[in-house]
Amino acid sequence: MADSKGVLVFADIVEGKLAGITTELLGCGRQLADGLGEDLSVALLGSGVKGLAEEAIAWGADKAYVVDDPLLQDYQAEAYLAAAQKVTEEISPKVILYGQTPVGRDLAPRLAFRLGTAVSTDCVELAIDPDTKLLLQTRSVYGGNARAVFTSDRMPQIVTVRSKSMSPLPKDDSRKGEVIEVAAGLDPSMIKAKFVQKVKEEVVGVKLEDAPVVIGGGRGMGAPEGFQQLEALARLFKGAVGSTRPAVDNGWIPSTTQVGLTGKIVTPDLYIAVALSGSSQHMAGCSGSKTIVAINKDPEANIFREADYGIVGDWKQALPAFTQKLKELLA
Amino acid sequence: MEMIVCAKQVPDPEAPPATFKVDPSTNKVVPPPGVPPVISTFDEIAVEAALRVKDGKGGKITVLSLGNNLVRDVVKKPLAMGADQLVLLEDQAYEDGDSWSTAYALAMAVKKIGQFDIIFCGRQAADWDAGQVGIGIAEILGIPVVTLVKKVDVADGKLTVERMVADGHEIVEVPTPCVLTITNEFGEPRYAPLKGIMKAAKIQPTVWKPADIEVDASQIGAQGRRAKLGKLFQPVKVGKCEIIEGEDVAEAAANLAVKLREAKVI
Repeated sequence: MADSKGVLVFADIVEGKLAGITTELLGCGRQLADGLGEDLSVALLGSGVKGLAEEAIAWGADKAYVVDDPLLQDYQAEAYLAAAQKVTEEISPKVILYGQTPVGRDLAPRLAFRLGTAVSTDCVELAIDPDTKLLLQTRSVYGGNARAVFTSDRMPQIVTVRSKSMSPLPKDDSRKGEVIEVAAGLDPSMIKAKFVQKVKEEVVGVKLEDAPVVIGGGRGMGAPEGFQQLEALARLFKGAVGSTRPAVDNGWIPSTTQVGLTGKIVTPDLYIAVALSGSSQHMAGCSGSKTIVAINKDPEANIFREADYGIVGDWKQALPAFTQKLKELLA
Repeated sequence: MEMIVCAKQVPDPEAPPATFKVDPSTNKVVPPPGVPPVISTFDEIAVEAALRVKDGKGGKITVLSLGNNLVRDVVKKPLAMGADQLVLLEDQAYEDGDSWSTAYALAMAVKKIGQFDIIFCGRQAADWDAGQVGIGIAEILGIPVVTLVKKVDVADGKLTVERMVADGHEIVEVPTPCVLTITNEFGEPRYAPLKGIMKAAKIQPTVWKPADIEVDASQIGAQGRRAKLGKLFQPVKVGKCEIIEGEDVAEAAANLAVKLREAKVI
């Protein structure tokens, strides 16, 4: 791909809508494309997704490539990979951006291996090297203990981007762009891993990723009952409860609440970390919070190196008093 | 069922964060003194996943580990848990690879093993957290892969698996042979019983050098890298935590609420 040109964003589409990460990818992709002086394209893969093209353009794309096919109704990797390969070969981009989402983290490495190129997953910073014009791909490694900057001179340079690590541009509905429909020639026989059905875990109250306040509970909660107290505190704020991997692995709370490297990424205004040590794996999911408060009985716990405010003490004594005082203040 | 599990030896991710050090001159992590390496957490869960299939349907489990100077007591843990044999891809030439060169060498070793139904991998390794090798092996071998698997059911040569997504899970049917990458929601790996440890001590691992698996030497380890590591560093953390005091914990907690109000956080 000697004549590679431009930046291509693969949109993340959830239940027929552009996911928030897609607007972040387009914001970041716009900057990279402008840095290279080249076009930003977006690929929309799915069934009944053509209508999203204008919106993707409004978020910063110059061109929208649409593969609209009933075989892309649900995520079936082989069909998605064939469509992604088709669009990539059509455009020959220098840079491809995916979200680090259930689809992106699955599909981007497949595409890279298929094309014989490299991919950096879960990037938190991206820039164009002024000398080589290559993409500098910064990702967190060793469970968040270190960061690594990668480059690859094989085209396309593929990355997946951590959610909420990039900012969208203001939406501009007057932006004009080109919409190109691509026939990917998909065939049911190419699908080996077949989607059967999706089982949704119902969320009561506010969605964790969108909550303005998140109360995170860790190993020190000791039992499922403790999380009910966190729920009560979360309701005061119209917030949501998060958790660490040890809490989930102990079966105290559903895995859909897990915050961290292998869970959800949250960036609330306020994150209250209760009885959790603040391992780098957990902080990878919440360090972007505006204010972090720690309640932990171990003064040496790493969470006190991450928090803005903290109290040293047993959560069982702290939480009722904290909740009571808040009720008074918020009344 | 013939099963293969890829298990990686990594620096212990549970070691205290303060012991984590990077040598900027070599761009490498300095192993913390006195903390032995471990099998990467998700890979141990992948061993557990294979053992559960074996418990139900019978079969044989071969564990594959790639690296250099592998600590025998560490890489034998899957054997102690109940796996049947261990193949080590152990040579200096395998060192410092990226996801591509690692997946390539492992795929070539799988070809040498020959017969298999399922390859289990962890969803990502505890050191580089890339989450690519399982996908890469499948892509190189031309077989299907399902990632982030939290449950596996085997019936009539077909697998029905549950794949984690953000708001629940998907049920996916996949034919064998295939690759599955296993996530922590699968459940805790079993302890190695004393009997297993004693059995593992007697098993001699098979060591395959690059020539044994007929790899192109320019495609493995550091030479085969497609992603170049420019810089490895530790992000600087500024400790700025204001500790709120009180007569007792309850008072401190009430003071904390007042402080958050004053600071207009709430």
